[in-house]
Amino acid sequence: MAGPGPRISPGDVEHVARLARLDLSAAEKERMRTELDGILAYIDKLRALDTRDVPPTSHAVPVTNVMREDEEWPSLPQEEMLANAPDRHRDLFRVPKIIEE
Amino acid sequence: MAGLASLTAHELGARYRDGTATPTQAVTECLARIEALDPQVRAFLTVTGEDARRRAALADARFRAGTPYGPLDGVPMAVKDLLCTRGIRTTCGSKILEGFVPPYDATVVARLFAAGAVLLGKLNMDEFAMGSSTENSGFFTTCNPWDLARVPGGSSGGASAVVAADMAPLTLGTDTGGSIRQPAAFSGVVGLKPTYGRVSRYGAIAFASSLDQIGPFARDAEDAALMLGTIAGADPMDSTAIDVPVPDYRATLGQGIDRLRLGVPAEYFTDGMDPEVEQAVRAAIATLEKLGARTEPVSMPHTEYGLAAYYVIAPAEASSNLARYDGVKYGLRATGARDLIDMYSKTRAAGFGNEVKRRVMLGTYVLSAGYYDAYYGQAQKVRTLVRRDFDRAFEKVDLLVAPTTPGVAFKMGEKADPLQMYLNDIFTVPVSLAGLPGVSIPGGFTQAGLPIGLQLIGRAFDEATLLRAAHAYQSVTDWHTRRPALQTGTADRTPR
Repeated sequence: MAGPGPRISPGDVEHVARLARLDLSAAEKERMRTELDGILAYIDKLRALDTRDVPPTSHAVPVTNVMREDEEWPSLPQEEMLANAPDRHRDLFRVPKIIEE
Repeated sequence: MAGLASLTAHELGARYRDGTATPTQAVTECLARIEALDPQVRAFLTVTGEDARRRAALADARFRAGTPYGPLDGVPMAVKDLLCTRGIRTTCGSKILEGFVPPYDATVVARLFAAGAVLLGKLNMDEFAMGSSTENSGFFTTCNPWDLARVPGGSSGGASAVVAADMAPLTLGTDTGGSIRQPAAFSGVVGLKPTYGRVSRYGAIAFASSLDQIGPFARDAEDAALMLGTIAGADPMDSTAIDVPVPDYRATLGQGIDRLRLGVPAEYFTDGMDPEVEQAVRAAIATLEKLGARTEPVSMPHTEYGLAAYYVIAPAEASSNLARYDGVKYGLRATGARDLIDMYSKTRAAGFGNEVKRRVMLGTYVLSAGYYDAYYGQAQKVRTLVRRDFDRAFEKVDLLVAPTTPGVAFKMGEKADPLQMYLNDIFTVPVSLAGLPGVSIPGGFTQAGLPIGLQLIGRAFDEATLLRAAHAYQSVTDWHTRRPALQTGTADRTPR
């Protein structure tokens, strides 16, 4: 079982927020640290179970790959796919620059 | 008086066939009731009145010509705003999808349309189905029709409230860890989570892909049977929709439950639960015994670990599924970003609510380097142990009977701590982890008049036995016919 003290540090929150692409405010980060700490303390009860010989379950029902014939199907029209774009340039989705000049 | 809006789908179907009502009359009455009551209940995010009248007129014509499609033709219904509807705004309860208009229908929606059902609108929910009260909706909180100061349950709280308030006989919700069964219990209606793989998830906005499943809300088992029969079955657009035959659920409803073996799991009656809930469930078990069922105690020792495993697995899957909301192809985009990654991060910070951020953070954390085995790996192994509990129980019994939730509908704002909110799901989450079908049916009321849910849990793909037992119970009880005393036109006293 985990010892006393926080399970998650301000640095952990910073790191995870960067991985998750979430621009959190300082107040959000601190609240997140406290809340995640509480939830992780609850989740720690999983460690009490001996699972050495237990296989993991990723899907409750056996999932097998399903293949169809390699036939042409119509796709959704390009115009409809672009209709929801927040920023569109002709037939493209426009995004902020990726490469530094 | 709710008139036609208070009838079940099978009652409406009978009236359409004998010519004493038309789809247009029923749809008109439902829309009028929505207009009168939804300002109090606040279940709808979008009402599609014009489209509904058009579809109802088409159904009228089919009945006049003597060629209706089937039992749901002309039946008014509504769906959780997590299901894509072509040309109709679909938000998933999130500001990040506020303006999203899908270019296609979810398979379940397409199947309902093909059966002639009439869509009244899209229903409120906790954002991305993360919650147990609709308080996490990006827009507003839905009120429980039995007590407007209380939550209807969640995440499919709009879908349960609409059926309870006689605004539509049928709705569709989704259940990841209890999001159909828990609101059904809190709102006093029937809510069925089918077996994982029974219903196509194509066009359902993903939360946790190994757990999500779509299912019906209804006022009785017969309507739930009709709805499930319409939406179930394999789909070329979803490889996890398993190709097993879909039985005629309604045909076996009346076969009774004589000698059916019912397991009563000791671990589902915990110290902290509401004594009125326990009393009602024990009384319901006695009723099922009088109907000929044989009950026996069973033990499911890993029940208490289910919730902890779920709160690793579901957020992990969510953190991956929700990576798609990046402000590029659809939905919100934040302005003033320095570069692409800054745009992603600002968009997601502006568009997601607190609970979604919390779960994305939690999921990212448990999947991150150094923690993966300790959390995610361990949770998947515990998932196996939870499944084995059910496997062992179903060697001896045909169904399990238990409470749906440890308590009844709580007041808005009462569960401010996220973990307290999560504890609502302790009796529904293990069923989801095991992928099994479960139904919550009205099983009584507290002294204060709040509904209590009775949960039946079945073997994989054995929804027929669940529905048969639910129908038998409803043939000798009247909890499911009770309706909340909503006043149309009263002053709005709900928090905004």
